[in-house]
Amino acid sequence: MTAIRNALLGGALLATFAIAGVAMVAFTWKNTAPQITENQRHVLTSRLHEIIPPEAHDNDLLDDAITVQDSERLDTTAPVTVYRAYKNGAPVAALFTSVAPDGYSGPIYLLVGIHADGRIAGVRVLSHKETPGLGDPIEIERSDWITGFDGKALGKPALEQWDVKRYGGVFDQFTGATITPRAVVRAVKNTLIYFEQHRDEIFARQ
Amino acid sequence: MNGSNYSSIISNGFWTNNPGLVQLLGLCPLLAVSGTLVNGLGLGLATTFVVLFSNLAVSAMRKFVPAEIRIPVFVLIIASLVTTVELVMNAYFHELYRVLGIFIPLIVTNCMIIGRAEAFASKQSLPRAAADGLAMGLGFTAVLIVLGGLREIIGRGTLLDGAQMMFGPEAASWRIELLGADYPGFLLAVLPPGAFFGLGLLIALKNDIDRRFAARVAVAVATKQVPAA
Repeated sequence: MTAIRNALLGGALLATFAIAGVAMVAFTWKNTAPQITENQRHVLTSRLHEIIPPEAHDNDLLDDAITVQDSERLDTTAPVTVYRAYKNGAPVAALFTSVAPDGYSGPIYLLVGIHADGRIAGVRVLSHKETPGLGDPIEIERSDWITGFDGKALGKPALEQWDVKRYGGVFDQFTGATITPRAVVRAVKNTLIYFEQHRDEIFARQ
Repeated sequence: MNGSNYSSIISNGFWTNNPGLVQLLGLCPLLAVSGTLVNGLGLGLATTFVVLFSNLAVSAMRKFVPAEIRIPVFVLIIASLVTTVELVMNAYFHELYRVLGIFIPLIVTNCMIIGRAEAFASKQSLPRAAADGLAMGLGFTAVLIVLGGLREIIGRGTLLDGAQMMFGPEAASWRIELLGADYPGFLLAVLPPGAFFGLGLLIALKNDIDRRFAARVAVAVATKQVPAA
């Protein structure tokens, strides 16, 4: 009898701790969520402005966004956000939140900026879980590897050279990490192809 | 290690039983984020916060939590605290949060925290548990700072790079170019093996200091025993 009573007491105690823990986390979440959203918006805006400087466009990038979906070219079933930059009503660039699904430790979230004429304005990594010290030179803070995409376009280099050097491409791999840069190169290439095929729809304003 | 007074609790945390240099607990974050001084400081303080409050909570409930369910209770407490810290850092130290990345949620797996809960806080009064949590956390932070500083100087030739992530924009100027702007950097110190070498050297240094100290005490005792030699 006491065994059952003890088990029940123990269970009740555990449940109490679980409820208290969840309550604490929920309370913190409720109080930090607006700030976290604001931070993410701020980080995103400054990232967008690294690729397309504020003076190159005259619209609000975060508000002038559309979502597109193409599970083949954009490598994800989730909708991809496209921020569009215009100046005096003319399209300047499109910035895709592309995903490289085949990173070494999960998807790598990218921001791919493409000028209206199809040249890459710049690429940045938004978030990733690659191995620290090996895969993280894709971050602009750690190396300038990612700036190697600037000015590239479809056919410049040729489509089959959109790969890391080990596989006959033009992009550097990292010491000890080939999968990570390869995933990024492939995602950028696919985004370019998608852009090429849908340019007019992307820039058409509702 | 039931030290009889507070000074021994504190010296345990910082030196005698230091989590980083003696217990060798929490090595994964210790080795992974000690690439720069500021990263080390950030993770060290976050860990200190968690171990302090987990010690307090564990000590406060030590009388009425049966031994059979104490481990799941510890895990619940630590997981809730770490999630809270993660949310707060995401909100108020967003840049540092982004740099430390996965290692903030991984504080939950730092054996030092559950180790102190089980070995110390669950048997001790509130103030003693708090002192132990603070001493262990800051001792861990100290190792992170020294190792981070060492690797930053050797690997990048700078010190306090990225201080603005913790102390606001004006701290960006705290960055010191110790070895000149054209220092080529030493990749090994930045990469994980550098952390192992660095930690190994620090442990050796600590053992050497301990040995010399013990030898000096032995000499002092010996001379006392032979007066006016």
